[in-house]
Amino acid sequence: MKGFLLRRAATVPLTLLGVSLLVFAATELVPGDVARTILGREASQASVTALREQLGLDRPWIQRYADWLGGFLTGDWGESYTLGVPVHDLVLDRLGHSLLLAGVAFALLAPVAVGLGLWAGVRHDRAADRVISVGGLAFGAVPEFVTGVILLVVFAVKLRWFPSGAQAPEGSGPLIVLWHLALPALSLVLLCTGYVARHVRAGTVASVESPYARAAELRGLTRGQVVRRHVLRNSTVPAASALGVQLQFLLGGLVSVELLFTYPGIGALLLQAAVDKDLPVLQAAALVLGLLYMVIVLGADVAYRLLDPRVRLGAVTS
Amino acid sequence: MITVDGLSVAYQGVAVVHDVSFSIAPGRTYGLVGESGSGKTTLGRALGRHLPSGGAVTAGRIEVDGADVLALPPRELRAWRASALAVVHQEAGSALDPTMRVGAQLAEALRIQGRPRGDVTGLLAKVRLPGEVARRYPHQLSGGQQQRVVIAAALAGRPRLLVLDEPTSGLDATVEREILNLIWALRAEIGAAIVLISHDLALVGRLCDDVGVLYAGRLVEEGPAARVLSEPRHPYTRALLDSAPRIGAERAHRGHDVTPLLEVRGLTRAYGKTKVLDDVSLAIGRGEIVGLVGESGSGKTTLARAVAGLGRRGGGAITLDGAELPTEVGRRDPATRRRISMVFQDPDASLNPSHTVRTILTRALGDGGGVAELAALAALEPHLLDVRPSRLSGGQKQRVAIARAFAGRPDLIVCDEPVSALDVSVQAGVLRTLADQQARTGVSYLFISHDLAVVYQLADRVVVMSGGRIVEEGPAERILREPRHPYTIGLLRAAGHEPSQRRRHVH
Amino acid sequence: MSAADATAVRAVTRTRGRFRVALSVGVALIAAWTVVAALWPALAPYDPEAQDPLARFLAPGGAHLLGTDQFGRDTFSRMLAGARPVLQVAPPATVLGVLLGTAIGLAAGTLGGLVDEIIMRVLDAVAIFPAVIATVLFVALAGRSVTVMVLVIAGAFTPIVARSVRAATLVEREKAYVEAVRLRGGSTVREILPNIGPTVLVEATSRFGDAIFAAATLSFLGLGQPPGSPDWGASVSDNRLWLTVAPWTVLAPALAIASLVVGIALTADALRGRREHA
Repeated sequence: MKGFLLRRAATVPLTLLGVSLLVFAATELVPGDVARTILGREASQASVTALREQLGLDRPWIQRYADWLGGFLTGDWGESYTLGVPVHDLVLDRLGHSLLLAGVAFALLAPVAVGLGLWAGVRHDRAADRVISVGGLAFGAVPEFVTGVILLVVFAVKLRWFPSGAQAPEGSGPLIVLWHLALPALSLVLLCTGYVARHVRAGTVASVESPYARAAELRGLTRGQVVRRHVLRNSTVPAASALGVQLQFLLGGLVSVELLFTYPGIGALLLQAAVDKDLPVLQAAALVLGLLYMVIVLGADVAYRLLDPRVRLGAVTS
Repeated sequence: MITVDGLSVAYQGVAVVHDVSFSIAPGRTYGLVGESGSGKTTLGRALGRHLPSGGAVTAGRIEVDGADVLALPPRELRAWRASALAVVHQEAGSALDPTMRVGAQLAEALRIQGRPRGDVTGLLAKVRLPGEVARRYPHQLSGGQQQRVVIAAALAGRPRLLVLDEPTSGLDATVEREILNLIWALRAEIGAAIVLISHDLALVGRLCDDVGVLYAGRLVEEGPAARVLSEPRHPYTRALLDSAPRIGAERAHRGHDVTPLLEVRGLTRAYGKTKVLDDVSLAIGRGEIVGLVGESGSGKTTLARAVAGLGRRGGGAITLDGAELPTEVGRRDPATRRRISMVFQDPDASLNPSHTVRTILTRALGDGGGVAELAALAALEPHLLDVRPSRLSGGQKQRVAIARAFAGRPDLIVCDEPVSALDVSVQAGVLRTLADQQARTGVSYLFISHDLAVVYQLADRVVVMSGGRIVEEGPAERILREPRHPYTIGLLRAAGHEPSQRRRHVH
Repeated sequence: MSAADATAVRAVTRTRGRFRVALSVGVALIAAWTVVAALWPALAPYDPEAQDPLARFLAPGGAHLLGTDQFGRDTFSRMLAGARPVLQVAPPATVLGVLLGTAIGLAAGTLGGLVDEIIMRVLDAVAIFPAVIATVLFVALAGRSVTVMVLVIAGAFTPIVARSVRAATLVEREKAYVEAVRLRGGSTVREILPNIGPTVLVEATSRFGDAIFAAATLSFLGLGQPPGSPDWGASVSDNRLWLTVAPWTVLAPALAIASLVVGIALTADALRGRREHA
């Protein structure tokens, strides 16, 4: 286990290097002249050249990559081409918003999805199971902006229970903030619930039908006791790994949900920077999101190993 | 007193147990014997009133010490299970919760009985396990230790009925013997009526007071074990006894060429630091049947696969007719490859599920001709040629595998436990086919089995392996009737065959 | 037949029945939208691009079944026309991703050893990079076109398909029937291929659903079809500004996407279920 942790920790800098190279390479592929894009079609060639020099675009790419990565590591992330503000503060501020939204969604997702999965598993092949399984399957297939738009029409436009924007006014209390985040969080939750519930259900069914559950029942335990003492424990491992996978999907879903609910998060920022060809913002936002993904993948992997004694104590190597 | 009276069980209308009646007095043991599909496991589960979904008792009564088990309301059924029933299933590993320490699981069993957690150590001692096992997780125990833990849980209460459903399947013979000895040593202390469910008539006959033989869901014969084994009345029991190979039974004495066909010298294979084969040397003569026996982990399968050119690389040399063979089958030339073929253990995995039997055999023949002759050779009915493996029984699948092994007119066939997945009655026919074809073609077999009696019936010479080494080898008659190495003696004992030399000393 | 067999058979028949219903519903939805994508000019009551300043924001009903948008364009006709762009991107992307992934997965699974090790490490590295971010980066920077969308989506699918094909290949490779072929010296790939066919089919169906998902999302983000096109994702994006005035203009394309992806999901699930219960 310790060896595994060390091995995984060792891959972090390597992956960071790979992700940063990929991000940098992608931004290098920008067709056309960045300086020309920024200044617009009417600008003179002289001012375009001047801007190119000012941005350092005339130097070789390896030098610019080294400068950029060095700057990133020391906290100097440059200035936004279009907004003229320091990228560091901008990206971290937007990241904070996104983490709040993702956090609310995850806090909702984990108990709901795991609970539904357990319920479906314990009552498998009954009506409740069918509804949960088919419902989860359907919502998991529909893009989050589609569910989001339907939620908006029903709950914000028709019923007027929730606001249509996700950003609460400055200085709002936590409940108001949560009220604004409810619909975007819900569309993310609907996207991810099915997958988690299905995995938890499968683990629960296997556990309910397992010889050890049968043996416990034959020893005189009630069904409820068997579920509480044995099935629950055995369902935590699939639950944790499914939640880990879905946390990544949840972060990916931020881009379109933030756009739909006009929320100033890092997904919306990434998209805007890509459209504006605002390279410093684009690079920083992509790298920060890439790192966040990596941390989640790593965390899920470690959690999975800590939860299962068979893996933790080295009987299974996977 | 357990009384089963006219019990019938059906799965969604399909009757699988018909009108079965028997009774067992406390402290007595009753053996239920049957092959796969006989309904023995269903009967065992019905005794605890724990049939899988879809199953239902359609007629009859089960009475345990006056309690009508089938009529108990749920609450009382639970109380009855807690106080009077104990069940030990096959595959102990899966009967223990993988996420809970052994001690916690035993404590749970004790709590149901209203006994303190502190009794865990005493419970473990009863099944001859050290107290520190309580801190382990099930996967950290061997199969035998796991089964002991399950037995310990069964002993937490004072059961009136103990159901043992194939309690030793999947365990090596010596471990099986330890477990059964343990149960039998505790028998008096438990004082329960014991039902032992098994496919092994000889084993049940040795251990039980009474025996019931199940065939197609009916109890076709019942009586004291000694009588059923010595004077079976029902033809099925007789066939079952006849088809089970026995050490010491009449066997054909065949001559074979002594010129060596295949020689293995100093073969070594390792997984990491663990040596699976440690300097193994072996010769197989032309037309000779060499039986390879040993427990799981002894290296016998690794040796057989190495001969065929499968598995990992390692030291040592293999020669065929004096010419050295590359260790990997991929580097052997086509003509050599043809000369060594193999019959695998698992009938379900050994045939390509996407192909018909005809395609499987045609591809094995290469040039395509003679599929019908090949099938006939393995006594495979012609109408089976155009079906896929999923439609075949286990025995039929192994016959296809045998036919395929003969396709290239090999000089040596490596048979890796070819009959261990088959019922005794099917096994006999497959063994006969293997013997007949050997006699007809003069092929050599390297025949691996954990079943010493099967090896005795077929092999000319026997090689005994333990811990990656060959510990004893010689003519089958000598090795299996007058073994010298303690490991071989232990193997025979565990399988219930008292070696003759020893017998002279004891009696 | 033993008792366990009997229950198993019953359970299989029952689950098979359920999968058959799901499969028919799913296939019907896919078929319906495919027909619409091919024949919408014949089916649409109006020209989806025709503007009518006098008929802006008409509510559903009357001459316009699903109402009109801010330019007075017929929502129903635009919904029908929107099936085509999505179904121009998703199928080629799926085919390309599945073919590449299957080839890579088979190679890794059958060759094993160092080749397998290298392939898997590269796939791991690619998989750790979030697909959405990569997609946004590449489409935004490489420009918008059907080809770019197809390539980006196929690229994101390749590692996913490769992993499951490799896993299925590894399972088959260890089976005795493959070893029997190795012993006599035949092509192991030829033996394995028919047995991983179902895995590839399930993968292809699941990825097809994901491809629709991805194509719709890209259009919604403004990275797919140009604004103003009847594409579903783009329509939701364009019309969300008039959400309170004309909710039908976003609901129609949104429900169109939902019905197609749910149809595909039902099909994929039924195929997977049938294979697991076979």
